[in-house]
Amino acid sequence: MATVQAELAGLDALELAVPRRRSRRSRIWAATWPKLGAVTIALLLWQLVVWSGWKEEFVLPGPVTVFKELFENLGDYISAAAVTLQRAVIGFFVAVAIGTVIGAVVVRSRILRSAVGSMVTGLMTMPSIAWFPAAIVLFGFGEIAILFVIVIGAAPSVANGFIAGVDNTPPILMRAARMLGARGWTNFRHVVLPAALPTYVGGLKQGWAFAWRSLLAGELLVQIAGKASLGRDLDTGRQLPDFPAMYATMVVIFVIGVLVDSLVFGKMERTIRRRYGLIDAAAAD
Amino acid sequence: MAQTQTLDSVLEGDGDLPAISLDAVSKVFGHAGDATHALDRVSLEVAKGEFVCLIGASGCGKSTLLNLVADLDQPTSGTVTVRGKRTSLMFQESALFPWQTVRGNIDLALRLDNVPKSELKGRVRELLEMVHLEEFGDKRPHELSGGMRQRTALARALAQQADVLLMDEPFGALDAMTRDLLHDELEALWTRTGLTVLFVTHNVREAVRLGNRVVLLTSRPGRIAEEYPVDSGRPRRIDSSQVAELAASITDRLREEVRRHGDSPS
Repeated sequence: MATVQAELAGLDALELAVPRRRSRRSRIWAATWPKLGAVTIALLLWQLVVWSGWKEEFVLPGPVTVFKELFENLGDYISAAAVTLQRAVIGFFVAVAIGTVIGAVVVRSRILRSAVGSMVTGLMTMPSIAWFPAAIVLFGFGEIAILFVIVIGAAPSVANGFIAGVDNTPPILMRAARMLGARGWTNFRHVVLPAALPTYVGGLKQGWAFAWRSLLAGELLVQIAGKASLGRDLDTGRQLPDFPAMYATMVVIFVIGVLVDSLVFGKMERTIRRRYGLIDAAAAD
Repeated sequence: MAQTQTLDSVLEGDGDLPAISLDAVSKVFGHAGDATHALDRVSLEVAKGEFVCLIGASGCGKSTLLNLVADLDQPTSGTVTVRGKRTSLMFQESALFPWQTVRGNIDLALRLDNVPKSELKGRVRELLEMVHLEEFGDKRPHELSGGMRQRTALARALAQQADVLLMDEPFGALDAMTRDLLHDELEALWTRTGLTVLFVTHNVREAVRLGNRVVLLTSRPGRIAEEYPVDSGRPRRIDSSQVAELAASITDRLREEVRRHGDSPS
């Protein structure tokens, strides 16, 4: 039997391809330079439009003016961003909690799934700004109204991600689990939940995007006295008018969106997908 | 009427009873007009410790039969009786949990079987050694070759100390060399443990290489056409003349069966 063992070991060694791991630095660089290139091109296009004289510089300042404004008043932008981000994070976590609970309840029954499932999808297509008039009527001009709209914007995505993840559990895994004697809650915890995780994280990512959009819409509409926020800065910039400040705020909103998406959710998604073997390890670099 | 029973073999005196008995088992899918008879009054007995290979062309209901024995499905009529402590099933795909490592997959199987925590580590190591994967415990399924995945699946199937092992074309997706080695491995394991194995395949040589008995099923409806005892000793080689000879005659019979469907398209 020793020969079989040796032969198996030989095949194992041959079949496991040697992973070509590039150094951390070269991987980071490979992931970064296309993005930097895209940003450079975008800034260049912006500058070209300004140079073309399509609009007066007062109405459409160039990137240099806008970034100068941004860095000169960086402290203000950071504190406004902090207010906005805090709302976004709180709203997002409330939405995750509610969406997950709804998902977990709905997914256990087929009737609920067909009844609530389509409603959840319907809610996702509803523009969050359409909720604001009702939110203001119900909760007044205040944090609660904003929170409400973030949650109602983001929770359906989270719930949907959860339900879709459970629905898409490969049947072969369910059969394997059954043969191993996993039933009921044990099966749910050890098999269904982990199988649903990649899709669920996709739902979280989408939920965050919805929360962020709803929030900015909300901050434009519901302005709370004495509390600077990115949404309010946008509107103030337009009204004063201080257009460089308005554009600088837009830059901040964009940068935060990109950073959260790639650093938080992108990373989470990649880690999970790599761990689950959903992407080729080589392609993931 | 239709029923599937699992009897505990701890009862004294049933030592001579077959591990698996199918008595006039039929399985019909669909209704009235377009019903498909996957299995038609199949009766089969597999003795304790026997290695039986089921072979047949597509649509002979081999997998359906395994599902019935595994209690994943119920027969339309007839009875399926499994006398064993535990039945486990291996598929063509490893069906390992991709979020667990090799070790985690085996560990989960043990925990689902209520193995005490203190014994988990030792048992996992034993099982990994059994399939020669000691060094790969921390790998995830997608990092392994197909053969290694199937060995992990085998370890997982054995984790629960099943005495009846059902295998549904477990080596069908592997390259020939790996498959040959896994045949050796499975044979050695079977010799050592005295498992009862019901092995489904469409590879005639594989069936003769492994089985004590090869059972040929007809297609649509699935019926037992013929049974072939395999007398050559063990360990066997898939390229031995005895295996080749018997495989040739079974193949002839199988082709005859396939032709029958070509002549009268039904």
